[in-house]
Amino acid sequence: MTVLTHAFTPGPLVSGGAVSVNLMAPIGRFSVRVRESGRDALGAAIGLELPTRIGARTKNGNREVICLGPDEWLLQTGAGETADITAACAAIYAATPHSLTDISAREITAKIEGPAAIDLLTIGCPRDIDQIAVGDGCRTVIDGISVILWRDGEASFRVDVWRSFAPHLLGLLQTGSAELSA
Amino acid sequence: MLLIRCPYCQQTLPELEFTYAGQAHVARPDAANKQISDEEWRDFLFIRTNVKGPHYERWRHAHGCGRFFNAVRDTVSDRFLITYKVEDPRPELSDLLEKSE
Ligand SMILES: [Zn+2]
Repeated sequence: MTVLTHAFTPGPLVSGGAVSVNLMAPIGRFSVRVRESGRDALGAAIGLELPTRIGARTKNGNREVICLGPDEWLLQTGAGETADITAACAAIYAATPHSLTDISAREITAKIEGPAAIDLLTIGCPRDIDQIAVGDGCRTVIDGISVILWRDGEASFRVDVWRSFAPHLLGLLQTGSAELSA
Repeated sequence: MLLIRCPYCQQTLPELEFTYAGQAHVARPDAANKQISDEEWRDFLFIRTNVKGPHYERWRHAHGCGRFFNAVRDTVSDRFLITYKVEDPRPELSDLLEKSE
């Protein structure tokens, strides 16, 4: 039996002094794989440098990329830019073989902010959140679900999660937020 | 919880991000160039050392960089003597034990 998942309407899920959780609007997302020899050329086609340290990010306008592994990156873009990026990368494919997969529909993003943001994350994430530098990020796990965690500020995070797992994760964040503001 | 150093991420991270992936350095028989006996296939597919003590084994940073890597872990104490990239040579056990003294 097929069950359709949520519509995931963007907007606030939790509002409060301690922590707020907002579901963000749809954006463009790509999984990017390329060998070292093609990294600079592919970065130039996308319009930013592909960082080599795992966890490091670079940004140019609406386009932001995070290094997830030795040859793997996640690229986020404005919702309307995906066709341009696909075309720009296709144009260099013959000389620079790579993998560029549009995963815009695969994930949603929740923004978590507030003084208790780290406390909220630690209810499910085993990482030492303090070890993630502001401006960095990582792929990690929250309550058994693979996520990508972006640290935008001391107490400001984004969490990308596959949409089929999202109802569980969002429910967990809502329950945790209620505990923290009680 | 165990803390495991990923040689690709260069960070020591919680066990929950990793998955165990069996004994390391199990070489596949060279079937392209010679006849492989049933016994050789059996050994490759099924026979493992089942060490009590330091064990060379594979792990995968599944909820992280996604990479397989190798480790030497003491199966009695669960202590990791080393983790290293798959392209790195197999470290000598005597060196590891000396260093861990
Ligand atoms: Zn790793």
